[in-house]
Amino acid sequence: MTADVTLDVEGVADPSRTGPALEVTDLQVEFRTRAGLAHAVNGVTFHVDAGETLAILGESGCGKSVTAQAVMGILDSPPGFVTGGQIRYRGKDLLKMSEQQRRAVRANQIAMIFQDALSALNPVFTVGFQLAELFRKHRGMSRAEGRKRAVELLDLVRIPAARQRVRDFPHQFSGGMRQRVMIAMALALDPEVLIADEPTTALDVTVQAQIMSLLAELQRERQMGLILITHDMGVVADVADRISVMYAGRMVEQAPVHEVYARPSHPYTKALLESVPRLDQKGRQLSVIQGLPPTLTAIPPGCAFNPRCRYAREECRQPPVPPLYEVADRHASACHFWQEVRQDD
Amino acid sequence: MTEPTAEVVLETRDLVKHFPLTRGVVFKRRVGAVQAVDHVNLQLHRGETLGVVGESGCGKSTLARLLVGLEQPTSGSILLHGRDTAKMSASQIRKARRDIQLVMQDPYTSLNPRMTVADIVGEPFAIHPEVLPAKRRRARVQELIELVGLNPDHINRYPHQFSGGQRQRIGIARALALNPKIILCDEPVSALDVSIQAQVINLLEELQDELGLSYLFIAHDLSVVRHIADRVAVMYLGKVVEIGTHEEIYDHPTHPYTQALLSAVPVPDPTLRGQRDEIVLEGDVPSPANPPSGCRFRTRCWKAEEICAEEEPPLVSRQQSAHPSACHFAEERDVIHAVG
Repeated sequence: MTADVTLDVEGVADPSRTGPALEVTDLQVEFRTRAGLAHAVNGVTFHVDAGETLAILGESGCGKSVTAQAVMGILDSPPGFVTGGQIRYRGKDLLKMSEQQRRAVRANQIAMIFQDALSALNPVFTVGFQLAELFRKHRGMSRAEGRKRAVELLDLVRIPAARQRVRDFPHQFSGGMRQRVMIAMALALDPEVLIADEPTTALDVTVQAQIMSLLAELQRERQMGLILITHDMGVVADVADRISVMYAGRMVEQAPVHEVYARPSHPYTKALLESVPRLDQKGRQLSVIQGLPPTLTAIPPGCAFNPRCRYAREECRQPPVPPLYEVADRHASACHFWQEVRQDD
Repeated sequence: MTEPTAEVVLETRDLVKHFPLTRGVVFKRRVGAVQAVDHVNLQLHRGETLGVVGESGCGKSTLARLLVGLEQPTSGSILLHGRDTAKMSASQIRKARRDIQLVMQDPYTSLNPRMTVADIVGEPFAIHPEVLPAKRRRARVQELIELVGLNPDHINRYPHQFSGGQRQRIGIARALALNPKIILCDEPVSALDVSIQAQVINLLEELQDELGLSYLFIAHDLSVVRHIADRVAVMYLGKVVEIGTHEEIYDHPTHPYTQALLSAVPVPDPTLRGQRDEIVLEGDVPSPANPPSGCRFRTRCWKAEEICAEEEPPLVSRQQSAHPSACHFAEERDVIHAVG
């Protein structure tokens, strides 16, 4: 249980806790499709500590959502298969567990929030019923007790008139309110790790700000490890402690948030940062990343980014794939020429 | 960039669109109306980009549909090159429509999957055959495809053979086919990935310089609008609440809604975390079928007083606001730059 974890004032992970809450090592996921073998995740390694926010940043098709699904054990299988690596929660390898054991971990220890709350909630049951179900199945509570806890949860995520609204169906909530219900559901059993897959992409900016501040607050209170999966460089800058940038199923850069924005050390990260228009700047010609991300059935040999990279040389087009070089303290980049990338400005 | 004296190519005067809400099957009684666009006055000058921003449901897409004639206004008028479109004859309207084209949001559904690129980009010529003789159309289509940065050899391919960014380029080529003066872009980059967004934005800017186009650029992404727009109109629940040059709106916003909207946009710079003036609005946008009395933003506004419920603030320049702002208590507040 995570409820008795000691909190310190700053909301930083308690250093007395040993080891990361969730550790993913060399994860491999492939999709066996008619069009061929798609290597969606090719050796991804990351960890998240209690009370910490790790952002996994990448464009569509880079494998960030598949990674999350593999961790949760909700990968569509077939066609998706985990073919290698380890996913350890507090030292126990989830991939070696039976489906029944994994089910106990899900929601209790690791929970997930999805992008589209309307399709993630069941349209034919009331929100209260769906929340209470968690307590009945996992905690063996009665219906009445479950209902009571559901009201408390809706209160927790600041849904006004929670007592009445537990009787409402998902379609009766607005987009922002539905995402709050999703958060309530994910937090119901007090998980230690929360995975949020594009939690605010479908929402308007003012609602996005509400949801992100709610998430940050709940995370701080409960000392959860948060894995935020997103493509939005702005949201990441606002909430993340560390960032992992993914491209074509691999981590290409990992670093604390300030490091990434101040000194990006992989050409892809650097190019991404230069290509986003900024609210506080005008007139700068947007630099463009030429070409397209590779299709996962035909990832180029060597560095997957080489056809689009302005630093690419012969070495980059040949196997092996560049390893994660340590470029500074806690900062790693999978580029042979990271020194050059860092020098350029 | 434009001089303020440039001629007005498109104008709306008190434009209103209400969608009736009915009850009953046989006898449809009118029980109310969704006030999607309510008394909107905008002017678009030659060679200029006017950004229209607002959250979902604020009426910005309805505005675009009205301007291209996909919806008929409830009242008010649309002036194209100074002439009222409602007073034009059918043939005049047909001709006028060549000048104003639409680029749609979703490049996956706005292209017919059974048509080749050549057919899609050439279709405007089938509707307006007088523009170009049939013999020269194929060459023109190739030219257009090249103009938007696609390979002209691919003109016989189908939409599914292209990526999202390339499809959006096809949509842009189709919009350019009839040499329009005005392009309405309805969220043209919001369905695209970040690295592709920049390509399309740059393309739109190049085309504007080359062809002297005027853009009405509708988007919910304020960073993109800041990048591309010369002037910006902020909409809330069917009304324009603030309008001005991009500097006036972004650096000197005076309407509380604009300020809240701007402060909610995350800036990709972690050193600014906690340094910016953050306004987190309570609640959701009210239903446009039953908007609040007086100022429509008052239910979420921290400045609201009695007068806001009683009197609708007009969109005018005020003592505290050098540009038009529809707030009784309009006052400048810089929300995007770090404080102190």
